[in-house]
Amino acid sequence: MLLQVKNLRCGYGSLEVVHGISLHVCAGEIVGLLGANGAGKTSLLKSVVGLLQPWQGEIHVDGRPTRGQAAWRSISHSMVLVPEGKMIFADLTVRENLLIGGYRNPDRAMQIEIVFDRFPLLRERASQLGGTLSGGEQQMLALGRALMARPKILLLDEPSLGLAPLMVKEVFTEIVRMRDQGLTVLLVEQNVTATLQVADRAYVMETGDIILEGNAADLMHNPEVKRAYLGKGAKEIWE
Amino acid sequence: MKPRLKPGLSFTLLAAALIVVPWILRWADMEYCLTQLTMSLYYAIVVLGLCLVMGYAGQVSLGHGAFFAIGGYTSAVLTTCDVSKWQTAAWLGWIKQSPFCMAREDLFGNPILTLSPWVAFFAAMALAFVVANLIGYPALRLRGHYLAMATLGFGMIVNKVILGTAFTGAADGINGVPEWNLGLGLTVSGKRALRIENYFIASGLLLLLLVLLHNLVRSRVGRALQAIHDRETAANAMGINTALYKLKAFVLSALMAAMAGVFLTHYTAGIGPSEAGALKSVRYVALAAAGGMSSLWGVTGMSTLLNYMSLRGLFGSYDNAVFGLLLIGIVSLAPEGPLKPLARLLRRFVGACRPPNAVGPDAARPDNGPARRASDQTQCLFP
Repeated sequence: MLLQVKNLRCGYGSLEVVHGISLHVCAGEIVGLLGANGAGKTSLLKSVVGLLQPWQGEIHVDGRPTRGQAAWRSISHSMVLVPEGKMIFADLTVRENLLIGGYRNPDRAMQIEIVFDRFPLLRERASQLGGTLSGGEQQMLALGRALMARPKILLLDEPSLGLAPLMVKEVFTEIVRMRDQGLTVLLVEQNVTATLQVADRAYVMETGDIILEGNAADLMHNPEVKRAYLGKGAKEIWE
Repeated sequence: MKPRLKPGLSFTLLAAALIVVPWILRWADMEYCLTQLTMSLYYAIVVLGLCLVMGYAGQVSLGHGAFFAIGGYTSAVLTTCDVSKWQTAAWLGWIKQSPFCMAREDLFGNPILTLSPWVAFFAAMALAFVVANLIGYPALRLRGHYLAMATLGFGMIVNKVILGTAFTGAADGINGVPEWNLGLGLTVSGKRALRIENYFIASGLLLLLLVLLHNLVRSRVGRALQAIHDRETAANAMGINTALYKLKAFVLSALMAAMAGVFLTHYTAGIGPSEAGALKSVRYVALAAAGGMSSLWGVTGMSTLLNYMSLRGLFGSYDNAVFGLLLIGIVSLAPEGPLKPLARLLRRFVGACRPPNAVGPDAARPDNGPARRASDQTQCLFP
């Protein structure tokens, strides 16, 4: 198991947002984490990498406990987060963005060529500023930047956010391609259909708890997923 | 890549310009201006250090005047305090012979024994290092404007401590600071005969620090600092220890301020409490903003020019008001500093003069690209 989270609780101030969640991601899987706005998906992800200090629980990456470590250390645990909203360094060039991604990788000069081969578009735009790329290109850059650290597991926070449907498809195809080459992905998303199409397994979150988990194919036809998004009264309203 | 002057060439041009200045002033029979120019070069070192904190690490320090004062005052106190007062000390005989001490006469011709300026210099740097770490460590762990608030308070405390302490001369400050023999035949001193030599010491020091910072911001560390400035969370998620880098940048710039303080104190043979005032610190921030914050060249140029004008008394009694207005104007009208929009305008003008099909290699770069790269253009046009 590459990532294991046990009974994780976290929040902001005195408000608990994630109420004791357990999940795991095995090597070579794409695991989807679904949920509506405010379900606590991003908070969960943040506390897994250490951007938010967990209140309670255990986190194991590749067998090693990482709870309580600063975020910048999590990179050395072969885990990389692609934050929500891409967070491209707008004032740095594409090449510099990638070099920052390989900050802790001593072979970053070699790795950048691998990333360029994978995303030829980035090579074309190497000396262009990150902020001048289109939304889809920025998402590609964010993925390439994450690959610079040569992670085993990639945590993606809403990669489809703000992208045109065609671009969403392209990004998701890329995620599948990375999985097929041996990368493990935890995919946090609101886009249910797209996620369940590419994921192997998925968890569904609602207000800080995991309410469903299972194979992606099974969840696709589970009415509870819809209910988790639309709220408790969904049944009466929609049927 | 777009065409631009190689850094080596830019530095050579700047060095040449700095070397030519004294001869031009001599020719114009205005050699007296060199004194103020030397002083503003030292002040430029403070602003250059601030540029690293503001333009690269993305933090604001309102306490650089205090670090300047810590450097200057430590040096002034140690080189004017008569050690021979402690006649009973057993080690006095030994220390008299050692190179750590200097026997000389004070302003009234009495023989005194003080620490040598080199010892005072290292003591000043050590003190600034410790204090900068003490202020920066807690403040930089928090996000936002905590460093600005902490340093503002710190600056005021330093100012009041200096005003209320007898051995720092209270409101009078310290006079009679000796000249500083740097070795190699160079002496930091305000003597008229050494005016040109001191101008070259100041410009040499500034140029050296400029080269060092230039290399620093283009290294892996510099990229990390820019990433922190851009998006701290993302930088953190990329494996950059953001708190440590911000602290290092802050301490380095505090050391530069203290160093400028030591040199200027020896140059003007004294220091007063106004150097630690809050308005002085605000002025440094205004100067860094006027130079475009992240442009080392712009900051050096603007700060030298404006400080020179201020020291020549061109702003009269409106001195502080001018710098306050400058800061307000820049923040509201040209947040990137006045040089970058100017450079863009110039570029557009040059582009308009060129035939439309003969576009340069930088045509791929959209013209409305964010500001920092525009500063590269600034560097290209005004080395």
